[in-house]
Amino acid sequence: MEFLSYLISGISLGSVYAIIALGYTMVYGIAKMLNFAHGDVIMVGGYISFCAISYLGLPGWLALILAMAVCTVLGIVIEGLAYKPLRSAPSLAVLITAIGVSYFLQNTALLIWKAAPKVYPSLIPTTNAQGESNALQLFNGQLSISYISLLTMASCIVIMIALTLFTSKTKMGKAMRACSEDKGAAQLMGINVNATISTTFAIGSALAAIAGVLLCSSYPTLQPTTGSMPGIKAFTAAVFGGIGSIPGAFLGGLLLGIIEAMAKAYISTNLANTIVFAVLIVVLLVKPAGLLGKYVPEKV
Amino acid sequence: MASILRVDDINVYYGSIHAIKGISFEVNEGEIVTLIGANGAGKSTTLNTISGLLHSRTGSVTFMGETLGKVPCHKIVSKGLALVPEGRRVFLQMTVQENLEMGAYTQSSKAIDQDLEHVYELFPRLKERMKQVAGTLSGGEQQMLAMGRALMSHPKLLMLDEPSMGLAPILVEQIFEIIQNLHKAGTTILLVEQNAAAALSVADRGYVLETGKIVTSGTGKELLASPAIKKAYLGG
Ligand SMILES: Nc1ncnc2c1ncn2[C@@H]1O[C@H](COP(=O)(O)OP(=O)(O)OP(=O)(O)O)[C@@H](O)[C@H]1O
Ligand SMILES: [Mg+2]
Repeated sequence: MEFLSYLISGISLGSVYAIIALGYTMVYGIAKMLNFAHGDVIMVGGYISFCAISYLGLPGWLALILAMAVCTVLGIVIEGLAYKPLRSAPSLAVLITAIGVSYFLQNTALLIWKAAPKVYPSLIPTTNAQGESNALQLFNGQLSISYISLLTMASCIVIMIALTLFTSKTKMGKAMRACSEDKGAAQLMGINVNATISTTFAIGSALAAIAGVLLCSSYPTLQPTTGSMPGIKAFTAAVFGGIGSIPGAFLGGLLLGIIEAMAKAYISTNLANTIVFAVLIVVLLVKPAGLLGKYVPEKV
Repeated sequence: MASILRVDDINVYYGSIHAIKGISFEVNEGEIVTLIGANGAGKSTTLNTISGLLHSRTGSVTFMGETLGKVPCHKIVSKGLALVPEGRRVFLQMTVQENLEMGAYTQSSKAIDQDLEHVYELFPRLKERMKQVAGTLSGGEQQMLAMGRALMSHPKLLMLDEPSMGLAPILVEQIFEIIQNLHKAGTTILLVEQNAAAALSVADRGYVLETGKIVTSGTGKELLASPAIKKAYLGG
């Protein structure tokens, strides 16, 4: 029973990683760049929803929509101002710019919201107004799964399915896959590559906002660096699963969360991160393209 | 005959490399025109400039009376100008059908089914493999896919960059037959080829490129008969 409960907390944490990793992987797949500022968009999403709930008194779902809207615009603006001018620059220049954007967002948050952590009002608090616990009780109460965990896992699955359908069935989604393979050929088809990249950033950033709200709902300390560690973990998850692959990001995120939760429970809290990255290194040694990443042979 | 494409004194650079040095030529409606020349002569650079993938520093490209200079690449295909690029560049991780759908990206979705049928009629092999990922096709099948994909946009002018590259003689023959059929059906064709003999024998007119300049031009027959061309491009 203990094991099950650790497993579920791992899946729940992994679901958040997976949602962030999906954004990372989509942007990487299409723009061929590592957007290191992606984690900080999570933090912005957290603050926006925090302000909406705490200062404006909006209900949680409305706060979430507001956070998604703000982050979508933020993603498009970041791409347009910082990355688009570097479209043909060496990838190192783009990487450094992304790190710069990350610091810019963190420091702007520091200016606006100050360093002291905010206590985030969870979308679904652990207990309700009557003091009863907001959790699903199974096996006569031996296993308890909080509603926020359930919501997190459900959101992750819905997002994953929606993205898969989007990229495989819609015209826009197929155009994205075409851009990710060959931007020149995509342009020859009449696809507006700049608009496609912009849309990808918009989707990735909206996902980051959802991840921010879910993350802060489970781990309610919000500060300007809140997005950094989950951002790096999700990046790891994306590489783990095979960067550029949507199912890969999903699988990588879940596995990372589970490994982390198990390592914390059975080995050591302090060593958890070390173990997570050790597993990543082993996986990459065996499968350099990640779990679901693949090399497609090219014909001459 | 009305000119459908006019290239006027274009100069194209890669950084400081001057790849195209002031070339001018014309393609008239209903013609097959070929550009031939050795490796590195600038044939692909010319086609890529016309299709908007590259930009000329000076000079102009006029397609059906409209100057294309400032038109972004992705807006050119809907004007009726399609390029089958060198090396095919099909989307390897997408299925045959999805590749063809991308070719119809600028078309209204109603007509797509009919156009797909048309392409599958031209290339029955593609129909058998429509659910297959393009990366698993043979080189010849990929070339057919690249051509079919370009046809999905209903081009008035179809530009082909070395469609016979790397294909067995029987397939080359097949590809040239298809080009001639497309031409008969009313498509104007600008063909770039290393295989000068084959290209000149189907072409109405040809231009010979050498290190970024047009050195000779004439009808297909004239060029085929010219001793200088024979020596340089037709193996004696
Ligand atoms: N991306 C590039 N960067 C720098 N120089 C280039 C680039 N592409 C082509 N060139 C140069 O421009 C010139 C023309 O090249 P182009 O590809 O147009 O030749 P081509 O006639 O198509 O040759 P081939 O028959 O081998 O395809 C060559 O000298 C080539 O080295
Ligand atoms: Mg070439």
